[in-house]
Amino acid sequence: MSFPWAEHYTPKNPVMKWVDERLPLPRLVYNAVGAGYPVPRNLNYFWNFGVLAGVALTIQLVTGIVLAMHYAANAGVAFDSVEHIMRDVNSGWLMRYAHANGASFFFIVVYLHIFRGLYYGSYKAPREMVWLLGVVIFLLMMATAFMGYVLPWGQMSFWGAQVITGLFAAIPVVGEPIQVWLLGGFAPGNAALNRFFSLHYLLPFVIAGVIILHIWALHIPGSSNPTGVEVKGPQDTVPFHPYYTAKDGFGLGVFLILLALMVFFAPNALGHPDNYIPANPLSTPAHIVPEWYFWPFYAILRAFTMDLVIPFTGIVLIPAKLLGVMAMFASILLLFFLPWIDTSPVRSGNYRPLFKKFWWLLILDVLVLGYCGGAPAEEPWVMISQIASAYYFAHFLIILPIIASIERPLPLPGSITEAVLAKGKFEGEQSAPPGMGSDTQPTGAA
Amino acid sequence: MVRVLAFLVGLFFSGMLLLSFIWGGVAFVSEPPVPTAEKEFHKHPEKAGFSFEGPFGKYDRAQLQRGFQVYSEVCAACHSLHQVAFRSLADLGYNEAEIKAIAAARQVPAVDPNTGEATTREGAPADKFPLVYPNNVAAAAANNNAIPPDLSLIAKARHDGANYVYSLLSGYQDQPAELVRKFPDAKTGEGLHYNPYFANLNLAMAPPLVMDGQVTYGEGQPKPTIDQMAKDVSAFLMWTAEPKMEARKSTGIAVVIFLLFATVLAYMSYQNIWANKKH
Repeated sequence: MSFPWAEHYTPKNPVMKWVDERLPLPRLVYNAVGAGYPVPRNLNYFWNFGVLAGVALTIQLVTGIVLAMHYAANAGVAFDSVEHIMRDVNSGWLMRYAHANGASFFFIVVYLHIFRGLYYGSYKAPREMVWLLGVVIFLLMMATAFMGYVLPWGQMSFWGAQVITGLFAAIPVVGEPIQVWLLGGFAPGNAALNRFFSLHYLLPFVIAGVIILHIWALHIPGSSNPTGVEVKGPQDTVPFHPYYTAKDGFGLGVFLILLALMVFFAPNALGHPDNYIPANPLSTPAHIVPEWYFWPFYAILRAFTMDLVIPFTGIVLIPAKLLGVMAMFASILLLFFLPWIDTSPVRSGNYRPLFKKFWWLLILDVLVLGYCGGAPAEEPWVMISQIASAYYFAHFLIILPIIASIERPLPLPGSITEAVLAKGKFEGEQSAPPGMGSDTQPTGAA
Repeated sequence: MVRVLAFLVGLFFSGMLLLSFIWGGVAFVSEPPVPTAEKEFHKHPEKAGFSFEGPFGKYDRAQLQRGFQVYSEVCAACHSLHQVAFRSLADLGYNEAEIKAIAAARQVPAVDPNTGEATTREGAPADKFPLVYPNNVAAAAANNNAIPPDLSLIAKARHDGANYVYSLLSGYQDQPAELVRKFPDAKTGEGLHYNPYFANLNLAMAPPLVMDGQVTYGEGQPKPTIDQMAKDVSAFLMWTAEPKMEARKSTGIAVVIFLLFATVLAYMSYQNIWANKKH
């Protein structure tokens, strides 16, 4: 683990020395996120989002634990207990708005983290395990967020739970028993609310555990970098602390400012007004939509409007609803296979001119899917989401392997240091802070 | 092998989607979606111009008190406010004696200490506004089968809620002749009332504010026109939905100033640490 030139932990304080000899926890932290972890010197701001995701999880854990002290997971009083938090608990409004918007920001930073990985090929050997664990974290986050949204027991909570568990009912034969088993009844009720609360409290700690594995797996090969060229020697790296702790500190400040602006000045902008209406099984909302971070997947789910039939017989092989459910799960599960689908030996999109164009197309595609997922299920949104969903699957499953075989990558720099010094020549001594702008110009390869 | 399977799966999903797209396109052209009265005549809320808008906006105490008066004299006949405690009316500028009087004017459910039977007593500041109807069945029976919603959160339970309430209350009108001509089936039914700000254009609630001066405001207050009363009660209902808004915004300003300062320091220390390291 780590590079031979990594700094070694030598406790200066006698207390730390005493602790380290008996339980080398200080050493573990030092080697994981301290001076003992050598990191490529050329990371840009897109490498901030891993740390920010960790901070977002911490915010969710702290606010969530406080909220759980005042919340009552009972269908009769859950809605009122949330209002009790908002009105009567000291700073309860702050805890709840920070938790609700914190969830959105957790997804924002994780999506940026994922798309950074997609652009810079962070999923490729030898970091496949880091990527696979990341996809596991993403799935756990989605489950946690979905169950958390049910807890206030408003209209969208109830009907969201009904729709999402209803997806399982699309499975032939065993589907409906599975839905009843998941909900503990024929419709969302007290049994469902209680188990969702229990799991919503449990899963974040499971996520924290998988994050430890994610970081552990990362420390075997070490962090990737914008050139995608592996570290060749000590001149290519800097110690994580103080170099990247300082840079992450700045990123954290920007993150917290944006989060504070939402929490304090537009706390309900990302939520749906219907969730301030108590759950009512007898009244279906006009448009049932999940939270914004599920919209791209919701668009894929609803894009399938045609049954798979045997032509001229009318025999339905797969109904449209089941196709939508299969596609929605496939759209995430395909990420598990990405390291073996994209066979290009070049990691970084900076040196892959064709790949780079399609990556931008994918960004656009996911944004379009997100917009369609939040829009009502009417034309033209359904037709647009059909094209966008088709591109989504084609991008990962068809286009990426083709690019890998036909693309001629640009020449890679000899080393990270060479790339950094070459960039300095073009930009003068006072080099600008690294960012997408400066890094997408592969001047180092010229 | 992985790539072959991936290719087939991709071909399957993309193919089905493209077929669905073509199928949908044909259906769209052969049977274009029919226009509906809701689509053509529904209006988005008008801007009332409230004092609490924007990052520095605050509630206007006098307006909240007027709005509370409109609620008490007009809306409270059918609509409850059961998330709101009488004691929180202190936010509107009422003193303790006034709050006690407001609470005492309302009967809240209680248990007779001698017989144990259900009864009522005068409200106390710690109580919440009582329900108007004992349950939804009673509410529906008294209101032509429509249940008057609780108003505590109404300003957050609708898009652009405060402006929505204002527009709805001041927006009742006769059904446009053009609508009836184009959509004969959409004629406002018996017991319903036309309002372009309501989602399906026809709501069961009769116009609650029918004439200027319906509520008598105190000295020095604006004239109680329908527009003014609608605006005042909308502001009051924003307060019932978001009573901590002022604390939220003032905390937010302090937090953002602190974070800006901390972030500048963090940026400077980042630049300082990296000063001699090209990257």
